[in-house]
Amino acid sequence: MDISTLTIASARAAILERRTSAVALAESFYQKIEAADKQIGAFLTLTRERALAKAAQIDAIADKGDPLPPLAGVPIAIKDVMVMRGVRSTAGSKILSNFVAPYDCTAVARLEAAGAVVLGKTNCDEFAMGSSNENSGYYPVHNPRDLSRVPGGSSGGSAAAVAAGMSVAALGSDTGGSIRQPASFCGVVGLMPTYGRVSRYGLIAFASSLDHIGPLTKTVNDAAILLKHIAGRDPLDSTSAEVPVPDYEREIEKPVRGLRLGVPREYFGEGLDPEVRAAVEAAIQKMAQIGCEVVPISLPHTRYAVPTYYVIATAEASSNLARFDGVRYGYRSPQAGTLSEMYRRSRDQGFGAEAKRRIMLGTYVLSAGYYDAYYLKAQRVRALLTRDFEAAFQRVDAIVTPTSPTPAFKLGEKCDDPLAMYLADIYTVTADLAGVPGVSVPCGESKEGLPIGLQILGRHFDEGTVIRLAHVYERARSG
Amino acid sequence: MATSQDTRAAVRAHYEPVIGLEVHVHLLTASKIFCSCSTRFGDPPNANVCPVCLGLPGALPVLNQQAVQFATLAAMALNCRINERSIFARKNYFYPDLPKGYQVSQYDKPLAEFGWIEVPATGGGAKKIGITRVHLEEDAGKSLHEGFPDSYDHTYLDLNRCGVPLIEIVSEPDLRSPEEAYEYLTRLKEIILYTGVSDCNMEEGSLRCDANISVRPAGQREFGTKTEIKNVNSFRFIRQALEYEIERHITVIESGGRIVQETRLFNSNEGKTYGMRSKEEAHDYRYFPEPDLLPLVVDAAWQRQIRALLPELPAARRARMMREYSLTEDDVYTLTRTQGMADQFEEAARAAKNPKRVANLVIGDLLGRLKAQGLEIEQSPISMKGVAMSADLVESGAISGKILKDLYDKAFERKEDFPAIYEKEKPRQITDTAAIEKMIDEVIAANPKQVEQYRAGKTTMKGFFVGQVMKASKGQANPALVNELLDKKLS
Ligand SMILES: [Zn+2]
Repeated sequence: MDISTLTIASARAAILERRTSAVALAESFYQKIEAADKQIGAFLTLTRERALAKAAQIDAIADKGDPLPPLAGVPIAIKDVMVMRGVRSTAGSKILSNFVAPYDCTAVARLEAAGAVVLGKTNCDEFAMGSSNENSGYYPVHNPRDLSRVPGGSSGGSAAAVAAGMSVAALGSDTGGSIRQPASFCGVVGLMPTYGRVSRYGLIAFASSLDHIGPLTKTVNDAAILLKHIAGRDPLDSTSAEVPVPDYEREIEKPVRGLRLGVPREYFGEGLDPEVRAAVEAAIQKMAQIGCEVVPISLPHTRYAVPTYYVIATAEASSNLARFDGVRYGYRSPQAGTLSEMYRRSRDQGFGAEAKRRIMLGTYVLSAGYYDAYYLKAQRVRALLTRDFEAAFQRVDAIVTPTSPTPAFKLGEKCDDPLAMYLADIYTVTADLAGVPGVSVPCGESKEGLPIGLQILGRHFDEGTVIRLAHVYERARSG
Repeated sequence: MATSQDTRAAVRAHYEPVIGLEVHVHLLTASKIFCSCSTRFGDPPNANVCPVCLGLPGALPVLNQQAVQFATLAAMALNCRINERSIFARKNYFYPDLPKGYQVSQYDKPLAEFGWIEVPATGGGAKKIGITRVHLEEDAGKSLHEGFPDSYDHTYLDLNRCGVPLIEIVSEPDLRSPEEAYEYLTRLKEIILYTGVSDCNMEEGSLRCDANISVRPAGQREFGTKTEIKNVNSFRFIRQALEYEIERHITVIESGGRIVQETRLFNSNEGKTYGMRSKEEAHDYRYFPEPDLLPLVVDAAWQRQIRALLPELPAARRARMMREYSLTEDDVYTLTRTQGMADQFEEAARAAKNPKRVANLVIGDLLGRLKAQGLEIEQSPISMKGVAMSADLVESGAISGKILKDLYDKAFERKEDFPAIYEKEKPRQITDTAAIEKMIDEVIAANPKQVEQYRAGKTTMKGFFVGQVMKASKGQANPALVNELLDKKLS
């Protein structure tokens, strides 16, 4: 069996039909990781014991002939911002290099309860802060499609693991594009659900009002399957919504003819790589051929999105990261004589440059005298951006845009220019700010063979339409 | 000496103190405000903790509805307007006993505002003290700096208290003397105790108080520079600390100096306040709305439900007791000093024939004896049932006031309740018919007018005759026999 092309659907079928055992499948993925991950760096921690125990459990059920759970034996990888009981959870940061969580993230627990086998924790930008995975406190991740290039970020490890066939699927987190942008860079599917659709319990927070957990997969169908299992109200997360969860596997099969697709002009302006533009426009044309109606629209506040995002996200981050103080867990500097030294040195030595930059920015925008001019104003702009989307969704059923202005860039290319790096999120931060769902689905390649992603955004809690369109497009494109 | 004190008083009279108080009260919920850990006091350190109250990464808060209900009930008892929608905010600061690096509190949209309570005014009558706001928040843990072998260079943390629900009650700067501040705290605590949402136990830290104090020349509108007094653990000490601070402010101003706005700690052994190093309190808390919690909505229906749980509050109770038992305001204040005493009194008053007499006995005969022995009402050898019984005995003339006092003394000496003492010590009853008849004859002879009235049909006079005969017998005549014989003689 070629495990590198295995999808959730086909892995599930292989185990169901006893063509392989869950243990054998997990073992072969570990062999693949052993062979390939030295070059890629997608994993930070392998959870071999837990995975094999879980797989053995599945095999025992199969041996007895009892009905198997829906994700029985499906190997998945988890971005290291999600905690698992008894497993090291670093969030890509040195400050948590020794942190072993005593409890499970709800989304992971739900997947395991459905029979999934967690292979390990994937590399990411420190506290999910970054667009290239170069901010990992451990080592960068290389794009499996071109090892000299970044996989995108911050869920670069998850995207690379799936793209390289080291896992069937993965969970990532998206705060400003961190699922969709790496999916686009690595040529996989990345789905960010509506804010509140998936519990954040056990997700190490970067920016609480913007953080989303979502799947990275090889196919849209797989994304639908994973979403079905992680979605839904969780009493442990007050912001998780009491909204019924449809059967997404059925949702994607519904027809798309007559759906109206908005094409916002603000997403096709300066800075958009011509090859990306061409691929995305071709994709839109394809969707028109399938029977969708293409409608030019405007999202007028788009140009304020990146600054707005960096005010709100850093403000929340400065507070969320305050708990990493060396007092109770995590890194504590050995060179501290006083309490204040312990705080300063532990945090100075434990955090990387980008995390510190964002903590300082966030502290600044919340400070007395600056709060109104920055934080409060950013909240107002966020409301305007949300209204842009609401107005657009009066007229259209979904919005299509490029996921990222460029294909994957070279490692080191933007490291010294944080502003250029921040602009890599220009098409993705808007959906996080508005809380609407979005997917990135591969829509072609550059001349250099680098994947390009098409972004489809939808109404609040209408992931169904988003993935249905992505699914139909994916099918039309492949053939 | 007298002269300097007089001068001092004269100087003091030129200044008006302005005081505002911030009171923190633990709510008596079984579990913490954002997790299901127990709030029990006194458990071994760190026994009641979980990922949420430890502030572990990824853990999220879920609001305890009981805490909301208790906070709302307290706010209603303090005459506040409840905000249907209030917002939790993060108050950011670093401290080892604050695991998340922020406290979840409420800031610009608190649960309740615009309340007031009445305190007895210095010159008599009542004075309204405004309550700016009542908001919900979580408590922090405790740093233990002492008691461990390596305490000289280690601090230990007990996070059991972390996440225990608190309400903060902020008063308007309406208080004008340490005495008023003391009265305000006493009334506030009484109201909270009546609502049952807190035990207000200062020793266990379930009621804590900070005071803001400034002075201004009498007649000036603007406030002077204020200082904040923290770390005071009794109402008496607050009064003392405020006295000290007022004198200090006046002395500084009179000598041409300026008050520095700062936080000061009260040292109760010395009766003095000391400024904290200003660096430590130069805080910018960077408040912003807590994104992990939804806005708190206490809608009209829920408010109605909670309001229905409001018990009769102290002020209303005092007014009713004055009416119901024909008591003076002073008597009522004495009888309602604690809720327990008031409850016991009312129980006795309801059981007795003459509530007013019960009040007199409690105030005149019981409290004095308790005070002499340093006892609280709850420790009284004579129960309220006993007081009620004794009141009825005096009422019926069965015993005299003098005998009652003797019996009370014996009850306190022997630590026995009144019924037991009475059973043993009650005066030997006169059951000798001839002796009683003789007394009746004497009473009839001495009161011809009353006899005439009685025989003319005013049968209510009979009580008078019974009383006279009992008096003549020093309370020792058998009342039943007296009644029976009186009927015969008067008919
Ligand atoms: Zn807890």
